Amino acid sequence: MALLEVDNVHAYYGNIHALKGISLTVEEGEIVSLIGGNGAGKTTTLRSISGLLSPREGTITLRGEDLRQYKAHQLVSKGVAMVPEGRGVFARLTVEENLQMGAYHRSDRDGIAKDMRRVYQLFPRLEERKGQVAGTMSGGEQQMLATGRAMMSRPTLLLMDEPSMGLAPVLVEAIFQTIEEINKEGTTILLVEQNAHMALQIANRGYVLQTGEIVLQDSAKSLQQNAMVQKAYLGID
Amino acid sequence: MAQRFKDVDWIGLFLWLFRAAIIVLVLWGTVAKIFFGAGNAYSASDWIDFFVSGLSQGSLYALIALGYTLVYGVLFMINFAHGEFFMSGTMTATVFIALPLSASGFLDRNPIIGMLIILVVAMSISVGVALLTERIAYRPLRRAPRLVPLITAIGASFFWQYFFRGLYGSSLIPFPELQALQGKFSFWGVDILKTRAVVIVSSVIMLIGLYFFVMRTKTGKAIRAVAEDKDVAALMGIDVDRTIAITFATGAAMAGAAGILYGLVFRQVHFFMGFVPGIKAFTAAVLGGIGSIPGAALGGLFLGVIEAVGPPLFLEGLGIPGGHQLKDVIAFTMLVLVLIFRPQGIIGERLAEKKA
Ligand SMILES: Nc1ncnc2c1ncn2[C@@H]1O[C@H](COP(=O)(O)OP(=O)(O)O)[C@@H](O)[C@H]1O
Ligand SMILES: [Mg+2]
Repeated sequence: MALLEVDNVHAYYGNIHALKGISLTVEEGEIVSLIGGNGAGKTTTLRSISGLLSPREGTITLRGEDLRQYKAHQLVSKGVAMVPEGRGVFARLTVEENLQMGAYHRSDRDGIAKDMRRVYQLFPRLEERKGQVAGTMSGGEQQMLATGRAMMSRPTLLLMDEPSMGLAPVLVEAIFQTIEEINKEGTTILLVEQNAHMALQIANRGYVLQTGEIVLQDSAKSLQQNAMVQKAYLGID
Repeated sequence: MAQRFKDVDWIGLFLWLFRAAIIVLVLWGTVAKIFFGAGNAYSASDWIDFFVSGLSQGSLYALIALGYTLVYGVLFMINFAHGEFFMSGTMTATVFIALPLSASGFLDRNPIIGMLIILVVAMSISVGVALLTERIAYRPLRRAPRLVPLITAIGASFFWQYFFRGLYGSSLIPFPELQALQGKFSFWGVDILKTRAVVIVSSVIMLIGLYFFVMRTKTGKAIRAVAEDKDVAALMGIDVDRTIAITFATGAAMAGAAGILYGLVFRQVHFFMGFVPGIKAFTAAVLGGIGSIPGAALGGLFLGVIEAVGPPLFLEGLGIPGGHQLKDVIAFTMLVLVLIFRPQGIIGERLAEKKA
């Protein structure tokens, strides 16, 4: 059984049919990339999985358990965490408070303290700024914070929505390295990206989304070789 | 030439003159009072008395203002029924607890325990009314355009006024007088009415307690997280609906406590008692920057003091008689001035940045 199974999901915004029967699976331990242009439905897919949006049709299961019966806030304790598009840090909370919010559903003080040290180890920059209000940090630092905050819930499945958006190339490199590192430590990752180049480089498998439909799925290697992907998403003619 | 003439910003000019006129009037009145002794002559202890009564009134405004500010912080909604949360707990605790306890002599034998019981009952009823209102009238409208919950709040306010009028009648109900709080305390030669001292001290304790609750506790941080972004808060595992309900409850608890302190000072309660303090507290919240907790506290104290000191100072200085009856004019003039010139409040941040 796959860790995450999304089957035939249809989602709407009013009359806009945003997802037209999305099906995808993520196996335990994988990095799976979902690539697609602006407005393809990537965010909508992640919001459906994390419960922020209720699809009209279709099933979403985690290790066989139906996720759609739960509200968004109940999914964290099921092991689903999300780094939202645009990072979504709490701008007026301090760095440390943001991380504490990531561990909101937990009450094991020692475990939380240990994970906090781990996040600070992964992102020493965050420790330097732990008393600082998150809104005053740079985009790269906010991305680190959003990632660290998601890690604080000890997720089994981490959903990441365009972590490279708006970041300088050096920082993009660093963020993708961290994603690999987090994955090596045992967290399964579903990564949404417009930056197909990087996303396919670290992924095991990938899906290509176009106007609400999955048009292509394969191993990351084969997708990198695929002519259509090269033309549309990798800028290779 | 004609073109340039048209470019003159007449509204801006008018507003600028308006602001200048207000400042000149206040300064003129103050100077006339202080240096030329216009109006009545007041002794130093009179001035201290004005100031302390202002502080005590202002701390009540501050406690009530917290409710407006907390709810605005999480929902961007002005809860016009908040004055009724204040009234409902106070009236119920007065009728069912304070008057019987006073009649039996218990209140004068055990003033502290008695007052605590009254306080707890008032706060609980206010919280109950707030939770009911939130659940029934506001929550279903969470995704409606912003004007809709606002109008609903006004409706809820009328509903509770007439509901409690039906329960307790429309006449003034006396709030019992405590023997222990008769007379004055003397601090360094300054006499202060005991009730005022008690109101100020207990308000300050509650304000500080609330500040720590919101800044330090897990629930408080969740309230701040929900205020910033409900979706992301939910992703953190925060139950957003529950947190919003807790926010209403917290504001209502403060209002319920403020109501009992109000009873101690004014010694009467009434089904309509929430209206004017509610609007004044809303003014205080706007003065301090709605959404800001320290802002609500400072706005409340500032409004209370200026209402008490303003009439004898600059109104009498300007030769306006019976200034004390004009304190509401001062309060609402300030509200209008702040809304026009500094909508983010005296210490608040810009609303436009936060959300529009
Ligand atoms: N809140 C919304 N209201 C209406 N339409 C929306 C909303 N969010 C997204 N859409 C539409 O749904 C489609 C998919 O959007 P989205 O999932 O955000 O795409 P992506 O993340 O791939 O850029 C787009 O056509 C977008 O215009
Ligand atoms: Mg998107």
